[in-house]
This record gives sequence, C-alpha cells and structure tokens, in this order.
Amino acid sequence: MIGLVSAVVFLPAAGALALALVPRENDRLLRLGAFAVALVTFVVSLPLYFRFDGGSADYQFEEFARWMPSFGIGYHVGVDGISVLLVLLTTFLMPLTLLSAWHAIEDRPKEFVITLLVLETGMLGVFVSLDLFLFYVFWEAMLIPMYFIIGVWGGPARIYAAIKFVLYTMVGSLLMLVAILALYSQHGLTTGTFTFDLPTVTRWVMPEGRAQTLMFLAFALAFAIKVPLFPFHTWLPDAHVEAPTAGSVILAGVLLKMGTYGFVRFCLPLFPDASLAFGPLVWALAVIGIVYGAWVSTVQPDLKKLVAYSSVSHLGFVMLGIFTFTAQGLVGGLIQMVNHGLSTGALFLMVGMIYERRHTRLIADFGGLWQIMPAFSALFLVVTLSSLGLPGLNGFVGEFLVLLGAFQVNRAVAAIATTGIIFAAVYLLWMYQRVIFGEVTHEENRRLADLTPREWAVLVPVLVFIVWIGVYPVAFTGKTRAAVEALIAEVETKARVTALPVARASLPSGMLD
Amino acid sequence: MIVLLPVLIVVGTAALVLLLDLLPPRHTKEHLAGVSLAGIVLTLIVSVWLWGSDTRAFRDMVVLDGHAVFFDIVICYAAALIVLLSVDYLRRTGAESGEYYALVLFSAAGMMLLASADDLIVVFLGLELMSLSLYVLAGLFKTQLASSEASMKYFLLGAFATSFLLYGVALVYGATGSTNLERVAVAIGGRPRDTMLLIGVGLLLVGFGFKISSVPFHMWAPDVYQGAPTSITALIATGSKAAAFAALIRVLFSALRATEADWTRLFWILAALTMTVGNVVAIAQSNLKRMLAYSSVAHVGYMLVGLVAGGASGAGAVLFYLLAYTFTTVGTFGVITLSERATGEEAAEVGDYAGLGRRHPLLALTLSLFLLSLVGIPPLAGFVGKFYVFGAAVRGGYIWLAVIAVLNSAIAAYYYLRVIVYMYMREPDGPAASLAPSFAGGLALAIALVGIVLLGVMPAPFADLAIAAVTPLMR
Repeated sequence: MIGLVSAVVFLPAAGALALALVPRENDRLLRLGAFAVALVTFVVSLPLYFRFDGGSADYQFEEFARWMPSFGIGYHVGVDGISVLLVLLTTFLMPLTLLSAWHAIEDRPKEFVITLLVLETGMLGVFVSLDLFLFYVFWEAMLIPMYFIIGVWGGPARIYAAIKFVLYTMVGSLLMLVAILALYSQHGLTTGTFTFDLPTVTRWVMPEGRAQTLMFLAFALAFAIKVPLFPFHTWLPDAHVEAPTAGSVILAGVLLKMGTYGFVRFCLPLFPDASLAFGPLVWALAVIGIVYGAWVSTVQPDLKKLVAYSSVSHLGFVMLGIFTFTAQGLVGGLIQMVNHGLSTGALFLMVGMIYERRHTRLIADFGGLWQIMPAFSALFLVVTLSSLGLPGLNGFVGEFLVLLGAFQVNRAVAAIATTGIIFAAVYLLWMYQRVIFGEVTHEENRRLADLTPREWAVLVPVLVFIVWIGVYPVAFTGKTRAAVEALIAEVETKARVTALPVARASLPSGMLD
Repeated sequence: MIVLLPVLIVVGTAALVLLLDLLPPRHTKEHLAGVSLAGIVLTLIVSVWLWGSDTRAFRDMVVLDGHAVFFDIVICYAAALIVLLSVDYLRRTGAESGEYYALVLFSAAGMMLLASADDLIVVFLGLELMSLSLYVLAGLFKTQLASSEASMKYFLLGAFATSFLLYGVALVYGATGSTNLERVAVAIGGRPRDTMLLIGVGLLLVGFGFKISSVPFHMWAPDVYQGAPTSITALIATGSKAAAFAALIRVLFSALRATEADWTRLFWILAALTMTVGNVVAIAQSNLKRMLAYSSVAHVGYMLVGLVAGGASGAGAVLFYLLAYTFTTVGTFGVITLSERATGEEAAEVGDYAGLGRRHPLLALTLSLFLLSLVGIPPLAGFVGKFYVFGAAVRGGYIWLAVIAVLNSAIAAYYYLRVIVYMYMREPDGPAASLAPSFAGGLALAIALVGIVLLGVMPAPFADLAIAAVTPLMR
C-alpha cells in the first residue's frame, strides 16, 4: 500500500512517465496533462495539511520500507512541522508555474513539462526524506532537471549559468556526501548500529570536537550554497536572470528553501555544538546578506536581477531566524521561507508576464504602466508590498518574528538586520515607481494588454495566501510551533550533555593548577 | 574440469566460430555473431549456476570461487553487449569478419582466466591471451592510420608492461620459491621486507598498472581508445579493465596481504594522482572517445580508492563499481557506435552531437543517462558505485582521500555535462551525427540502460553478492 507521502512525491514522476508516451505533436494535451498532474498532486497533498496534528512534534504520515538493509539504508519518509508547509508550498506553486509557462515556452514543450514534473518529485523527496541516503539521492537528482530548465529554455547566457549552477551546487553537496558517510561510520562505530536513518542518528548525541565541526562545515557549505548565504550567492543572479520565468519561480520559490530547510533539519539537531559555536558567524553572514542584497538590488537596471538579489536579502532573514535558536526566530524563519516562496515567486511571475509582452526586463524600458495595465499594476503593488514586509500581508509576519528572536540574542545584529527592511522598501518602491507610475515614456508600451484570464488564474491563488498569512498567520505557524520547540529543546539538551563531560574532564587539571 | 568450465565454453565457441567462418554463407557474418552470443549467454548461465562453488584444480593454479564467478558474469555481460553492438557497426564500417568474433571470445576467455588465476603464471597466461587478442582487434580497421597506430602502440607498450610483470613474477618466485598465491603469501608472511621480493612486487604492480591504465602507466589509453574500433574500445575499457582488477585484487588481498600497509600507502598516492590527472586532462578533450579514455583513467582512480579502503567492504565496492561501470561504459560507447555523420564516418567529436536532443530525442536521452551515471548522479548505477567506494574509504578512515575523490567527481561533472550541453543546448553548425539504425545495437543499449537503472535503484542484492564474492579472499 502506497502511503500518502509517497503518493504525493511520486505522482509527478508517474505523470511525467505517462506524458512521455504522448506524441510531441499533441502540444495541448501535453500542457493540460502536466497541469492536471500537478493539480492532482496538490489536491492529494492537502490532507497533509488538514490531517496534520500541529500539537505534535513527531513525524507524521511516516512510511518505512527496507531498501538496502545490509548498509542500513531504508526508504523512510514522513513530514513534521518543519517540512509540511514546504511540501505544500511546492505542490501549490507547481501548477501555477506550469500555467504561467503556457505561452512562454514554445520550444520543446514536451521535454519542458516532463522536466518540471520530474523536478517536482525531486524537490518533494528532499523535504520528506527521513533517511540520509534517500535525502542525498533526491538532493542530487533534482539538480539535473533544474540544469536542463536553465540550460535549454533559458536566456542568451543560459549555458554558462546552468553549468555554474550545477558545479557550485555539486561541490557543496559532494562534500556533504563525505560528511554523511563520516556521520554514518562514526555513529555506527560508537553505537554498533550502522544506519542512515535520520531519526535514529539524531537520537545519538555526537561528542563535541573536530569531527563534529568538520561535518557541520561540510553540511553547512552544501546548504549555504543552496540558500544562498553570502558569500556563496554569486551563482544565483546568473541562474535567475537566464532561467525562464517558470525556472525562476521554482528556483526562488522552492529550491532555495532546500538550503534553509537543510540547516533546520540536519545541521541543528545533528551538530548542536557546532551550530551554536558557529551561530555568530552565521548571523554575521546573514546580516551582510540582508544589507548587501538590499543595496545591490537598489542599483539593478534589470527587474529580474533586482528580484534575484532581493532573495539574497530575504533569505538572510531566514538564516538569521534559524540561528537565533529561539522559538520566535525559528518559526519566523520557517514562515519566512513560505512567504518568500509566495512573494518572490509572484514577483518573478509578474516580471515574466511583462517580459512576455515586451521582451525586455529593463526597468528603464517601462514607466507609466498604471495607465495601460491597471489590474496588473494593482496586483503588482500588493505583491511588492508583501515582499517589503507591509503589516497585514505575509512578509511582515516572518520578518517580525525573526527580528523578535534576533533581539533576544543580540540587539546589534537585530538592529542592522532591521535596516534591511527599510532598504527593501527603498529598492522595491523605487522600482515600482519607475515601472508603474509616471508618464508613459515608451510608445511601444501603449499597446500592452492587461492581465488575461489565465494570468489572473495564476496570480489570484498566490494573492489569497499572501493576504491569508498576513491576516491570520496562526493557521500556518500553528503547524510548526510544536516541532520547532521540540527542536530547540533537543539542541539545548544535546549541547548540555556534550558540555558536561568536558566540564568534568577539565576539573582535575584545573585542580592541579 | 568444472573449474575451467566457463573458460572452456568460451574457447569452444571461439573455435566453433573459426570453423563456421570457413563454411558458407560467406557473404554475411551475422550468424557468427549469433553463435558467439549464444556461447556467451550459455557461459553466463553456467556462471550464475556455478555461484557458490569453491574449487581448485591443476595444483591450485586455477580456482573457481565467488570472486571468479562474479567477474565471469561481468565479463560475459561486457562481451555479450559488445557482440550485439558489433553486428551492424562492423557491416557499416566494412570490417565484418569471422575472426573478429573469435578474437573477442578469445580475449574474453583470457579475461575469465585472469579472474580465476590463483598462480602468477596463470595470471601471465590470462593476461597474454586477453591482450594479444585485443592488440589484433585494435588494428581491425586495417586501412585507417589511427587504428593501426592504436594497435601498434597498444602492442608495444603492452608487451613492455607484460615483460615487467613477468620479470616481477620471476623475482617473486626467486624470493619466495613459489608462484602460487597462497604459498607466496605464506613465504611473504615470514619476511615482508625482503629486497628482491619488494622489487618483484613493484614490477608486478607496474604490469597491472598498465592494464588498468592507472597513472603513470596510462599514456597508451587515449590513443588506443581513440584509434581502435569503438566496439573494441568498449571491450578494452570494461572487460579488460575488470579482468585486470580481478587478478589485482586477488594478488593484493591473498598473496600480498602481509604487506598491506605498504601497498595501501602506495595506492593512496596512485589513486589521488590517477583521478586527478584523468579528470583534469579529460576537460581539454573534444573527441568523445579520447575524453572517455581519460574519464576511464579517472574511474580507475575511484576504484583504487576502494582498494585503499581495503577489507571486504572496500574490495566489494570495487567489484560493484566495475559491474556498474561496465554497463555504463559499454552503453556510452554503444551510442557512439550507433551514431554516424552524413558522410558515413563515425561521429566521435563532441560537436557532432550538437542538437541530437532535437533530432533523436531517445538516443540523446539514452546517452544523457549513461553520462549522468558516469557523473554519479542518483539514482543511477554510477552513483551507487561511488557511494559504496567512498563509503568504504570513509569507514576505513581515509576521509581526505574521499574528499579528493568527491572534488574530482565535481570536476568530472563539467566535461560529461558538456556533452549534454551540445546535445540539448546547441544547434549543429556543420555535419551532425545521425542515428544508424541497428536492432542489435538498440537491444544492447536497452540492456545497458536497464542495467544502470536497476543497479541504481535496487543495488542491494548485487552489492551483497559483490561483498560475498570477496569475503573469502580476506582470510
């Protein structure tokens, strides 16, 4: 019997397999079929939210099957408060992404929709894997479809961007593979059970020391590149600018979260001492990312590049929240992940919509769109405000909680991070002003059509959630709170346990002095 | 007799092929391919049936144990796929001949003898039987300069290396009084630091280093891989490499186990050098066969990591890696045998594959999957092979070697993905490769594809077999 989680994960891949049999001339059927598969996946994934018990910190909807028993590898999947929202974010964004690419992708649509669906399986697998081997399989496998999406359907410098994306990610993730293997063997040698099972390995308290630090660094590098944390972010603008709209939406909406998710799921519980020790460094990098991302965004002439750099800034907040080790900070970080997926995803979708009409993304080529595309301008305003964190919309909730957490641990860090929100208002509103307000400066813009029904259908669901999370965040934070509190308790307990032997060991030598 | 049964079936088939070659029909050689294939499949079935046996014969000179049977199976798969790929490839290139199939079978027999060798003299015999057949096969395209050059180079350097090996055998015999691996092991156990013995072992390893093409004995590989007929390149890259590894593993873990600490240190350096040189030089190649030559050097480096890791898990990982590598590499070369330019030449330049994804989506997808398996992308066989090898290394405490290996994998991703870039992201500017239809070739690719997916998704039974095969060696 296939469990709910497995069904959600493998539905897209099964759909892709079925679509591979459809002849490529049947363009419409392919697009409709892919959309239907993604939509069904979303519907099937809904019980993960509704039947999810937010009061429990345990894994739910768990499934386990033997896979490679002699190596301690099993097919173990499940969701908890940390991953459930990300799974739903993925299944929610995918149909919209497919819908947005209806006319944007004319070249080889069959390959495109199949690649996207395979990518969806890969991303979902990353979020639900509870076995380190299985996690790595999905983590690495999902690289290839994204590589194709950027490299085949991207802009002029797409090949450079695609290869840069793959090589950057690969260096990090391969070092993580060594760390996974080292963790496996150290856990096995100490406890006698050689296993990749995440809950089992997590129950073990790793001694503090060089091994833990190195493993933390290997995991952290892989995740930091993915997030991307400053200074590992240079692949991101290239990838975003070259990727087609659909690729950018998935990249910003889901892929980047795999990095931040990795920190929460793996680095914190597995390497608590190292996580605590490196906390200040992560704050520093996160704050640099927040401010630097915002400043660089301000001067971008290209809309997509502006949104790309704003991601560096927004994900800095997520990282800051996670590494405050406070309940507010972590919940804020998790919610901010979802918010960023929605807001930035929507920004990329809307930039894509005007790009489809004008085939340019330069801010200077627009101006005065308010008069020509009023509906577009209105929705764009909501999305922009959500991205800059206006109270009442979703962006505010996450950033507020993150800053609340940060204030408890370090006021200076929180103060500098807060300037990021101000700069966000600067670059986003200035961009909005130049694109939407003023007189129509380019004659060719006069003929631009306003939103089509298909585009309404793409944007309205995102806007619903942007408002919903902004007004009633408890519907979402409520699912994560228990898991986050359990995680913080676990980190603290483990750090205390490992600190104890150190204190005892130092006692005799201290007496000798 | 049962000890040599797999080898004898192959040799018998080869003799039958030679005989049938003289009889009508003379205009086609397809039936010879059929006979060869039948012989190989029979050997495969017999080998599977022989799994679990542990017998010796001819005064312990040959042995049939799990290790030998595992490699018999790998070699049979390689040979069978190569025969399938050859049928239409040879007809197209005008090189169809009966002795081709006989020589392929003879070389396969030599490989299987190597896997069964429990005596250094038999190692030499197997190596020569395998190599002499391959020297001839490499020069099959008699009218092509590159092919003759490949043959000549392979022969000269190969003969040189074999003489090193033979000299090593002589010195080991002089130092220990025996060529039998077990008796050598006992003798070495007494005095592992004997100078003559160490020189002998060193020369042995030079000979093996040449056959597996590890740095610094890899110089022949690029020219031979590029010049030889592609089907034979595939055989050199998979079967001969697997056989040489089979003998090397047996020699290292049974005869030389007393000096394990020494050769582990040596192979640590060789592994690091081999992967790095192979991968870095492969980046600069524009000819696909030449690139794959350097890539195969790099893969030997990964396998040496497994030897360094040692123990049943390390050696077993190497066995699994060879199985995975055989399917992947035969598949990759298989796609090249099925691609030709409009002029009828073989399409071996990377540029030939520009736009293949548009013209032949299925062929491009197949080649992509083989290349991704070579990169080590899950869930394909190449990833699991690397996972086991690196896992064994980390477990053995060789973390930095594993780090070098994974960084190398990242370098390798660049040049493998470049081929995919050409296939899907560039358009051809000149003569481009098209598909030369071939039922047998397609079948071979399909088998290889199923192999890499199966080994990638369900590796457990095969990995357990590989470990079971080498465990008896680790006494």
